[in-house]
Amino acid sequence: MKLLEINNIKKSFDDLEVLKDISISVEEGEVVSILGPSGSGKSTLLRCATMLETMDAGTLMYCGEKAVTDVSGKAVYAPKESLRRIQNYFGLVFQNFNLFPHYTVLKNIIDAPVHILKRDKKEVTEEAMSLLRQMGIEDKADYYPCQLSGGQQQRVAIARALAMKPKILFFDEPTSALDPELTSEILKVLRLLASQKMTMVIVTHEIEFARNVSDRVIFMDEGYIVEQGRPEDVIDNPENDRVRAFLAKVKG
Amino acid sequence: MKKKPLIAVIIFASLLIPAMLSSCGVSGGDGGAIGWFFGVIVQLSSGMWASLELFALTLIFSMPLGLLICFLRRSRFKAIELVAKFYISVMRGTPLMLQLLVVYFGPYFLFRMPLSTEYRFYAAIIGFALNYAAYFAEIYRSGIEAVPEGQYEAAKVLGYSRQQTFVKIVFPQMVRHILPPVTNEIITLVKDTSLAFAIAFVEMFTLAKQISAADSNIMPLFVAGLFYYIFNLVVSFVMGKIEKKMNYYSR
Repeated sequence: MKLLEINNIKKSFDDLEVLKDISISVEEGEVVSILGPSGSGKSTLLRCATMLETMDAGTLMYCGEKAVTDVSGKAVYAPKESLRRIQNYFGLVFQNFNLFPHYTVLKNIIDAPVHILKRDKKEVTEEAMSLLRQMGIEDKADYYPCQLSGGQQQRVAIARALAMKPKILFFDEPTSALDPELTSEILKVLRLLASQKMTMVIVTHEIEFARNVSDRVIFMDEGYIVEQGRPEDVIDNPENDRVRAFLAKVKG
Repeated sequence: MKKKPLIAVIIFASLLIPAMLSSCGVSGGDGGAIGWFFGVIVQLSSGMWASLELFALTLIFSMPLGLLICFLRRSRFKAIELVAKFYISVMRGTPLMLQLLVVYFGPYFLFRMPLSTEYRFYAAIIGFALNYAAYFAEIYRSGIEAVPEGQYEAAKVLGYSRQQTFVKIVFPQMVRHILPPVTNEIITLVKDTSLAFAIAFVEMFTLAKQISAADSNIMPLFVAGLFYYIFNLVVSFVMGKIEKKMNYYSR
């Protein structure tokens, strides 16, 4: 089943065309990595998919429900009520975590499930604790985000997203704000989620990680998808010159 | 722990001032310098109460009103934003004393409404609240804008509505950001209450001036100054406590 379907998305900021014509679909249980140089539109694509940015043209569908339809070349968003429902299908983990600094770790995780999804607080708390256990930070439940390392904060952010039980989870460069040691903590968590068949779309600069974890790699450049396929094909034997040049540079 | 220096300062000041007075040769006849000092305090006390009332009621009305103006100022509708901007610029750009006069005499000149002593009190509070609300609005705005965009984005992706985002996520962080400038503003208000003399509202400083004139002595004005100073020590102390309490998380 297709969880996410994006067709012919276009997005400009003033005169700058960031996304030119991009279509992606993601199957249930799939792990997709999006690679590409800075300014290639990866983050914008993710922000359009998560509706933090409004797209100019194209369609967006989650689990067969239309969030954005294309009416004669212009993106038309579904009514607010449908969007609110569709919002629950996905979660997003940010580059700089964006935890709520005035809430404890536990409250960061349970507040939305309790107050937005109106779920039972006790049940949500138990789930949150088990998520924290999975992330290896169950002892941090009563801490404030500022008392945690970057890697721990990012794990809390992942737990917060998972607590909403999204069908698909997006990651926007989840390790870019972290040093190599903390990066490996996060990659371990992502590997764990992949093994649990969590559907994920990950914008990343970690080529090795993308190769090891993803089912499919998408390479973007200048607002287009220039190559996509199995990681061993795209990363080890890229057909496109631009991809080859980029990989040569980052692999050193 | 922090309480001791404050008490010490108050005791020190209340001993020092009479001592100073007596060394200046001021004496209140039978009671000596200290007796004179407390005599002035008693004379000023009704004014102190008026000043306190003005202070408290101004805060009670201007702080929520400021939030409302801040919302208007941040409105998506350009016209509303402009009205709020104009309001703030007038309130900040003209003397508070003039605004008090307008509030007090305005109804008379516009509608020939008779001026009553009772209205004098209301006019003072209305004038102060309208003026301070403009300042608070801008302080709130700075506090709201200090909350990073990422907080809104995280809230949106988690499904918080705009109102929920403001109440649960933005407001608590805003409060923390604005405490230092709000303390500043409250301290200024303590002293600004003396401007109410412009509409002949009898607060403490007006009384002090009257006593000073009647006695041909400048000392009652210093006693008034001492009152403002101690009042502001208390304000700083309370606000410091609140700031500390809000400091449970830091960025």
